Amino acid sequence: MEAFLHQVLSGLATGGIYASLALALVMIYQSTHHINFAQGEMAMFSTYLAWTMIAAGMSWWLAFVATVLASFVIGLLIERFLIRPVENAPVLTVVIVFIGLLVILNSVAGWIYSYTIKSFPSPFPAEPVLGGLMSAHELGAIGVTLVVLVLLYVFFQFTPLGLAMRATAQNPVSSRLVGIRVGWMLALGWGLAAAIGAVAGMMIAPVVYLDPNMMSGVLLYAFAAALLGGIDSPVGAVIGGFIVGVLENVMGAFVIGTELKLTIALIVIIAVLLVRPSGLFGRVIVSRV
Amino acid sequence: MASLLEVSQLHAGYGALMVLHGISFAVEERGITALLGANGAGKTTTLRAVCGMLKVRGAVTLSGESIAGRSTEDIVRRGVAHVPDGRGTFLHLSTEENLRLGAYTRRDRTGVAEDLERCYTYFPRLKERRAQQAGTLSGGEQQMLAISRALMLRPRLLLLDEPSFGLAPLVVQEIFRIMQRIRTEHKVGILLVEQNASLALEVADHAYLLETGKVVLGGRAEDIRQNEAVRKSYLGY
Repeated sequence: MEAFLHQVLSGLATGGIYASLALALVMIYQSTHHINFAQGEMAMFSTYLAWTMIAAGMSWWLAFVATVLASFVIGLLIERFLIRPVENAPVLTVVIVFIGLLVILNSVAGWIYSYTIKSFPSPFPAEPVLGGLMSAHELGAIGVTLVVLVLLYVFFQFTPLGLAMRATAQNPVSSRLVGIRVGWMLALGWGLAAAIGAVAGMMIAPVVYLDPNMMSGVLLYAFAAALLGGIDSPVGAVIGGFIVGVLENVMGAFVIGTELKLTIALIVIIAVLLVRPSGLFGRVIVSRV
Repeated sequence: MASLLEVSQLHAGYGALMVLHGISFAVEERGITALLGANGAGKTTTLRAVCGMLKVRGAVTLSGESIAGRSTEDIVRRGVAHVPDGRGTFLHLSTEENLRLGAYTRRDRTGVAEDLERCYTYFPRLKERRAQQAGTLSGGEQQMLAISRALMLRPRLLLLDEPSFGLAPLVVQEIFRIMQRIRTEHKVGILLVEQNASLALEVADHAYLLETGKVVLGGRAEDIRQNEAVRKSYLGY
């Protein structure tokens, strides 16, 4: 029983990270109806930025804040210069741009930092907590995730800018008619998604170690989480993230073994698409033709 | 005195398809100008052209300042509110959020709060439904919401596209009654597109008749009402 509880708790910790990344995917999906395949590599690149700052002697939390801000700006710039030109292009064009971005970020990171695996420090102490049920890092990661989620909730529900971003995602034409600068809202969405991804990257890196391919597995879990919750539902993405995290850990430990853990993400993706394509909380879109 | 809105020789369309072929008209300060015409005459296109949703050729001036070629966001910030074709409701946001979005460009919090209350006195039904998702409102309530959202901008010019469309006669009457109140209380000029010509000519002081993208008749509303041809083809008596 204790082993089971241990797996559930550590599943919640990684689940929180999947939840953040899934939320970043949903944010971009809501406003553009595209899945950003480069979301994971963007997070990886941000984590390398943090590593550089920490290696240069900056304190962990200062590097954390600086990385989140820098990632926000990078996300904004990516939207302005790479995504804007293909705004009205066919879906496949956009997908290719995303994949290009993924490959570029991956190679540039490998070129600058090399492909050798680096360890990434955790800001939390090494001792286990809760009577040995969890590591302090796992508990800390859950805490950080929850803080991010609460901040985002407050931003979107209670600020005029958050309201304007929600409005833009729903109805860009009407948004223009009330004077919202729709282009900037999209850029802001990219900035926020990049910043959330950066947090996820810095929280997962102490667990999976830092290398240019560190996020490929994580992104798959995030896809599964976003789909499970419903690709257009932020709340769904978060809940989906925690479910996938726990499922992955428990199944990996007791049912199919750790080697096949990633398969769970793929099974979830296929199962959701077959059984309930709109996810747990997504809207079923019915269009009249 | 310059008119609130002056449009002259306006050409506009969708890509290669030109819809407006050089139309000219004006809206006076606190005036209501009606654009009449059959389906496809270019009424909705005219509204879209005025608020920068389409590429235009020709002159559009708001209180003497040219707004042709500016972006929609900029034109809105100069005080032009548009109640679009199909009402443009934010279906998944609450009624009150829809109204707050209307005031998105304003920074005077107390003024916004006042105007919110004023919209609720115009349309008490909206107050009852303030926390409800706007998509669940009835057609008439959504039209009230659309007009209120536009008023939240405190506009100088209000563009109304078919406010009577698909609504029960009683609701239409209510909306038109409020429209006249708005004109006097808010000091706002209204450019009204309406298929129901007799209704439009009752409230408007000027009217223009569009046919296939051209103005075929224009002038004071009462003169238009007396016009033999208009009476036969648009008013039906």
